[in-house]
Amino acid sequence: MLLTLSTTHRPATDLGFLLHKNPARAQSTSVSTGVAHVFYPEADDDRCTAALLLEVDPIGLVRGSKGPSSEAFSLGQYVNDRPYAASSMLAVALGKVFASARRGVSKERPELVDSALPLEIHLPAMACRGGVEMAERFFAPLGWQVHAAVIPLDETFPDWGSSRYVDLRLTGDQRVADAVNHLYVGLPVLDDAKHYWVSNDEIDKLLRAGAGWLADHPDRDLITRRYLAHKGSLSRQAIPRLAEVDDAEPDALDDATAPSATAVGHDGADAAEADRPVPLAVQRHGAVLAALRSCGARRVIDLGCGSGALMPTLLSEPAFSEIVGVDVSHRALEEAARRLRLDCMPERQRSRLTLLQGALTYTDSRMAGYDAAVLMEVIEHLDPDRLPALEHAVFAAAAPATVIVTTPNVEHNVRYEHLPAGSMRHRDHRFEWTRGQFADWTDRVAERHGYDVRLLAVGSDDTEVGPPTQMAVFTRRPQQQTVPADTSPRPAAEGAA
Amino acid sequence: MTGADHAPEADAPEDSGPQPVRPAEISIPDLSLVVLIGISGAGKSTFARAHFRATQVLSSDFCRGLVADDENDQAATPAAFDVLNYIAATRLRAGRLTVVDATNVKREDRAKLVQLARDHDVLPVAVVLEVPEALAVQRNANRPDRDMAPGVIHRQRADLRRGLRGLSREGFRKVHVLSGTDQIAAASITYEKQYNDRREDIGPFDVIGDVHGCSAELEQLLVELGYQLWPDEAGRPDDAVHPQGRRAVFVGDLVDRGPDSPGVLRLVMGMVAAGHALCVPGNHENKLVRALRGRNVTISHGLETTLAQLQTEDESFRKQVEEFCYGLVSHYVLDGGNLVVAHAGLKESLQGRSSGRVRDFALYGESTGETDEFGLPVRYPWAKEYRGRATVLYGHTPVPEPEWINNTLCLDTGCVFGGRLTALRYPERELVSVPAARTYYEPARPFLPQGEAAPELDVPARRDPELLDIDDVLGKRVVETRFAGRVTVREENAAAAIEVMSRFALAPQQLLYLPPTMSPSATSQLPDLLEHPAEAFGYYRSEGIAQVVCQEKHMGSRAVALVRRSDIDGAPERPVSDRGALHTRTGRAFFADAGLTTAILRQLASAVEKAGLFDELRSDWVLLDAELLPWSAKAGDLIRNQYAAVGAAARAAVPAAVNTLEQAAGRGLDVGDLLTVQRERAADAVAFTEAYRRYCWPTEGLEGVAVAPFQLLAAAGATFHDREHAWHLSLVDRLVSADPQLIRRTEHRFVDVTDPVSEAAATEWWTSMTAGGGEGMVVKPSGNLTKGRRGLVQPGLKVRGREYLRIIYGPDYTRPANLERLRQRNLGRKRGLAQREYALGLEALERVARGEPLWRVHECVFAVLALESEPVDPRL
Repeated sequence: MLLTLSTTHRPATDLGFLLHKNPARAQSTSVSTGVAHVFYPEADDDRCTAALLLEVDPIGLVRGSKGPSSEAFSLGQYVNDRPYAASSMLAVALGKVFASARRGVSKERPELVDSALPLEIHLPAMACRGGVEMAERFFAPLGWQVHAAVIPLDETFPDWGSSRYVDLRLTGDQRVADAVNHLYVGLPVLDDAKHYWVSNDEIDKLLRAGAGWLADHPDRDLITRRYLAHKGSLSRQAIPRLAEVDDAEPDALDDATAPSATAVGHDGADAAEADRPVPLAVQRHGAVLAALRSCGARRVIDLGCGSGALMPTLLSEPAFSEIVGVDVSHRALEEAARRLRLDCMPERQRSRLTLLQGALTYTDSRMAGYDAAVLMEVIEHLDPDRLPALEHAVFAAAAPATVIVTTPNVEHNVRYEHLPAGSMRHRDHRFEWTRGQFADWTDRVAERHGYDVRLLAVGSDDTEVGPPTQMAVFTRRPQQQTVPADTSPRPAAEGAA
Repeated sequence: MTGADHAPEADAPEDSGPQPVRPAEISIPDLSLVVLIGISGAGKSTFARAHFRATQVLSSDFCRGLVADDENDQAATPAAFDVLNYIAATRLRAGRLTVVDATNVKREDRAKLVQLARDHDVLPVAVVLEVPEALAVQRNANRPDRDMAPGVIHRQRADLRRGLRGLSREGFRKVHVLSGTDQIAAASITYEKQYNDRREDIGPFDVIGDVHGCSAELEQLLVELGYQLWPDEAGRPDDAVHPQGRRAVFVGDLVDRGPDSPGVLRLVMGMVAAGHALCVPGNHENKLVRALRGRNVTISHGLETTLAQLQTEDESFRKQVEEFCYGLVSHYVLDGGNLVVAHAGLKESLQGRSSGRVRDFALYGESTGETDEFGLPVRYPWAKEYRGRATVLYGHTPVPEPEWINNTLCLDTGCVFGGRLTALRYPERELVSVPAARTYYEPARPFLPQGEAAPELDVPARRDPELLDIDDVLGKRVVETRFAGRVTVREENAAAAIEVMSRFALAPQQLLYLPPTMSPSATSQLPDLLEHPAEAFGYYRSEGIAQVVCQEKHMGSRAVALVRRSDIDGAPERPVSDRGALHTRTGRAFFADAGLTTAILRQLASAVEKAGLFDELRSDWVLLDAELLPWSAKAGDLIRNQYAAVGAAARAAVPAAVNTLEQAAGRGLDVGDLLTVQRERAADAVAFTEAYRRYCWPTEGLEGVAVAPFQLLAAAGATFHDREHAWHLSLVDRLVSADPQLIRRTEHRFVDVTDPVSEAAATEWWTSMTAGGGEGMVVKPSGNLTKGRRGLVQPGLKVRGREYLRIIYGPDYTRPANLERLRQRNLGRKRGLAQREYALGLEALERVARGEPLWRVHECVFAVLALESEPVDPRL
């Protein structure tokens, strides 16, 4: 990957003193990810250009001494844009090779250190999520003129569109130290991807480098968020491996804890309620709590608890003596444990709570015997073909006295302006039901498994399209009639008993 | 335990009750809880050491040591017994003989052990060691570690004396008292096999459902099964013999309700006596015995009929019937433990056990305590939860037609109620049945749908229980496979797989198989290549295989197609178990678009129909292993976001670097080496882009999509991994002829790896194919499934082309320094994984073919997925 920094300051060769690199010869420095070469393709009084070429050795990196787990990488690490596109790796190299320049020290030209010089930066391929507009948003407020051209993915397949790389040129009068620092922070932020081969320590350093001027940046929230989003994302490999077995992208299956930003509609859906006093998610929690209170439940199981969104609500209710969260994703449960600060929870509190990995398409004796089960925004994440298995596992096998189910009301989707017509609220939703469809399902389930059911609205109940969320509360009939499910064997007659 | 009313359990039908005996020879059931009883110093531990394995003996002293570091710390006694009980329970659950070495002189201590034995349905046996008190005192005095007050032993002896007479009343099924050191020293132990244990008897059997006095139907069925009836002097059949030595096994309920219970009894009793049949008791036999013995029973439910019929027989026959029915053993474990026959079925934890509970379950099943709308008790559906290894065959509950439920099958098809009398041939698992001549008895609850005749039975209906339990998949699992023995799935792999399986995969009913991973050939010795056919040929040659087939590796994605005849014109809403499926290596739907899936399955099913395969295979479905093209149809996102992106970045960055370096060189800077490298990289970037572009072409619906099947995995009741690849490829050719538009041929070459000319020709073929950018080929043993010197031979080795491998190893993997390092790749793990996944896949297919329950198939399929999350080099 390549970066060039040019100046038309006179004499332009003063750039060498500011960068602490002699224009007369090429130099190489070893950095954590490869070898950084600095050389000057042009160096005269009118114009001087320093080039930083980082030669990355991907094979060496992946095969490097990373211990016994070195085979546990994903294919993505081999066929990776990192050796070519300017990103966090280049930033790290930049930080090392131009360390003195970044600090703004120059023995030979101390007077130039604080002067703004006419500078031009060129990055022929910079990873930039959000494209030209994002590059503009980042660099323009820092005083740069931004010329960015997006690079097509593959000219043979024009309908594939643009790549996430831009050919970036920045021009402006800047201190050299500032220019280096802007890139140092900007490259990983604009890249907004996993920091392959760059340690979290180094990422933290990048963030600190922006300490002074980032505070004034109009997009500082976005910048910080992008940093934090990708920290530590290398450690988990099992699920990405399974995705790659299918020639899917590594992240395609690993979305159990994905932030709602990846959701097409959730963010939008809940945000649409933002002008109301209480967000929809909070209203949902409240409605679930009310239903649990009304049935007098003490032992509650949250099926499909995800990263534990409902848990604080449940924990805050002293009447619940036992709270169990079940989710199929191990990662989600780890996230829940972290968010709930399980390891520093007082013992009495801690003893009320259990997190279990389990799948609702399998019967599970650990799920049996609870007063109430909550399925909050869960069923719509299951393929319709798998719903009968869930019905059996929950209503026939676990058979709690009360089952609370919430799911989106698709009729309400028209009220979400940002949601394209016909699309669902979340990328992983396999279906969204109208009120009629939900009522049909709840009636059928209740009938088959010996429950009574009542339906409730969650969120503002729009006269035309109904509430955003619909909720069903199933109550097991006291004297269970043996109405066998289609799948259960008929306990047939035996004469002489 | 056995109630006073019941016939005693099978261990001692001739023995009217346990009594203290004083033999030097102690006989013990081979599965029992042996309780040693004796005062301290009686020599219990010495006795135990002499007669049992150290691991069978649990001593209270030893357990005290475990919990308190001191075998004599009496304060640790309660904790020590906790440990002892835990270990004993664990052993008994696993069906292991266990000996408790403690004084056990107090009644309450023994009561706990009797209860423990009952809880695990094993027989408690007491072995009492009596020595003179003085000897015991002296022995204790000689033991330096033991400081026992003199009164203790005296009290123990008093306790023991008090309890001795009542031991059998306490529940011990056998009591052995050894008095004096001589008798103790001379004692020897013999083991009795349990009466239900007939594991050495491997059949073949014809297991026959509830007869209920329908003698005509029974005779007809036996004839149908190939038996020859032998009449007695009065011309009534009292034996039946099968020319091939097959034997009948009756599941009980021979009598009551029907027209001729004595006739049925005469035939069955004769067959059993002659060794031509086995019989387990039904609840009706149990009640008949009690009635014949003059016990107070309600004469109802057809018993009145039997008693009336027996009145016309002579007294000696009645006596024989009474003895026969009394002597019946609650259940049998047959065929090495693979088959269990019990009247009302038997759950796994009770199989091969002996207790009143076992007998009750075997005779009556388990009641939920509820009654249904006809006033009959609701049976607990034990079969739905059954996960045992043994096939369980039973009757008791009339069903319209037999249905396999988790490896169990009810054979009572209600003959006496106008249904059929049914037998299952074992191990063939074929049903044979004859219809009832008429309805002899109206059932309390109709068991056939109103107005319907009993259905014809050819194949047992396969229940679709949709009942998978989390314990079938989660945690550390061991799957028994026919071809690779026990395959272990690690807990963390299962944890990763459960998420993918339950969130993304198709319904388990549609997921009969997942393809195994495939290893590449060993790394080539040639300077410019990583892979070359020579190593693949060499591998098979060294495994002793001469004939291999090289199959073109298509540039697509792996797809497994479950093609059902009903896919041709079936309604899209039909149940999931009746719909075909097209899925990926991890069990996900190949196309997100359901309409596209339906369309492609319809076309595939039509092709299979047109090629005549459904008829020829006598199956309404086939399972095909295939490649679906183009790669971009499935991997579009991956190609765009990963491969195309890398190419775009490389083609933008590297030429710019070359430019800049040329400028610098022009200034006289010494950047020559760097420039050379960057120029090479620029060329590599172009080659890389070319490489992935070959696998991409636009598709519109089915337009542009091709399916290249290369193997027929399974059809109803059959697997085909033992058929040569030539056979599979000829089937494929027929499919291609049926639909050349959609279905693509797999080019192939047969090679004799002991003939250099033959090898060279195939190598030449590979070279020309890959030089044009082809992905490469897969080399397989021509004979398909092959066992080599150490287990299964790899079913295939891929030999990938030099250009294609850029997609896998990165654009500039071909640079000499990179190749040098990449040669050090470790294939061992990949090979091992490929072998285990292959065995699991075959196991899944065979279980499907045998009609095994869903969880048994799913277990294997799930294990393949779990193994796929093993960390191995993904480029292999």
